[in-house]
Amino acid sequence: MPDDFIIAIASGKGGTGKTTIATNLAHYASGLGKKVQYLDCDVEEPNGHIFLKPKIEKTWKVTVDVPEVDLKKCTGCGKCGEICQYSAIICIKENVLTFEQLCHSCGGCMRVCPTDAIKSRPLCIGDIEFGKAGDVDFVHGKLCIGNVRTPSLIKEVKKHIKKEHLTIIDVPPGTSCPVVEAVKGADFVLLVTEPTPFGLNDLKLAVDLVRKMNLPFAVVINRYGLGNDDVEKYCRAESIDICLKLPDDRRIAEAYSSGQMIVDVLNEYGKEFSELYEYTKSVKAGIDDKRRLRVWRKNNS
Amino acid sequence: MKIAVTSTGRTLDSQVDPRFGRAACFIIIDTETMDFNVVENESVAAAGGAGISSAKVVIDAGVGAVLTGNCGPNAQRTLSTAGIKLYTGATGTVAEAVELFKSGNLTEAAGPNVKPHFGMDK
Repeated sequence: MPDDFIIAIASGKGGTGKTTIATNLAHYASGLGKKVQYLDCDVEEPNGHIFLKPKIEKTWKVTVDVPEVDLKKCTGCGKCGEICQYSAIICIKENVLTFEQLCHSCGGCMRVCPTDAIKSRPLCIGDIEFGKAGDVDFVHGKLCIGNVRTPSLIKEVKKHIKKEHLTIIDVPPGTSCPVVEAVKGADFVLLVTEPTPFGLNDLKLAVDLVRKMNLPFAVVINRYGLGNDDVEKYCRAESIDICLKLPDDRRIAEAYSSGQMIVDVLNEYGKEFSELYEYTKSVKAGIDDKRRLRVWRKNNS
Repeated sequence: MKIAVTSTGRTLDSQVDPRFGRAACFIIIDTETMDFNVVENESVAAAGGAGISSAKVVIDAGVGAVLTGNCGPNAQRTLSTAGIKLYTGATGTVAEAVELFKSGNLTEAAGPNVKPHFGMDK
């Protein structure tokens, strides 16, 4: 049973179908009676809710600490500005300027201040909403417009991962900090790509990332039949499993554009998601075997 | 008066760098004697906060004014806190910009003339 298993659905290239795969897999597994949790970590533009249509039951504000300076206590020594690696605080003569959007909340300025003139102040960076989409536990983060603290919000969203659930994480596109934060700690990563030169280029970047992070992964080719077979050749050469090929079918695009799920409106694709689900189960079994073997070796050495 | 001019090169014949925060270097020049020295900009490739750290560089150099092409809000706020006059829209060579400044033909900027990260793709 893939209970207590975290799958991160990432891509490199945007628009390859991460959310399509993530929401349909969550919905499908839940339909089998599994305990499923869906976490939308694409907090800059979450869209899983359009398909899963959750009933939001609770909203939490997420804040980070940024510095606030009491100029009456400040001696203008400039130590705060010297330690800050992001120019988020700077001392100019008797004045201290802070730039809250550049702050990474390390707390360094507060620690080095000899007169205790810097206090922390909460800055709201976004919301986390919780709800139910049928039997799927739904969580997503929504970053405040104009805010850049994406990884901080993703970290907060991931604090709500439940035990004994199949947790599906919808990862933002790209291969930068937000992606690293979102895939960190996952048991398995599905890299969704499309069979085009753009899809392949960004897939390679994403493969580099998950390999550096030592995360087991496999590839999903969406819109299969489009473009060329270079993605397949690459995967073969690199011994990467392709666990699903979802065809380039206009009806899938039509379902997507009206916020419907493939497994609900196009019955014939139930087989694809069933195979994908079985594949993740076999991956979990393999990982569990390795863990058991490690424990056994440790106990018998 | 000591002023700073953003420059693409190390001489007075170099073109004015249109970016403040990510200028190649700063030419710190005495407008009376035309003596100058060059300060390399370590923030050229900074991930963020380039405008602020560049402002700190020219503040520490003790200039009274900055001539550049464009300046964003964070750098502008930092410069104005230090009481440094900002002149945007400078073009041509560094020497030409200084002459325009001396003859009073540059207008002081009322605020930032570009958004943050303007210099990132240039």
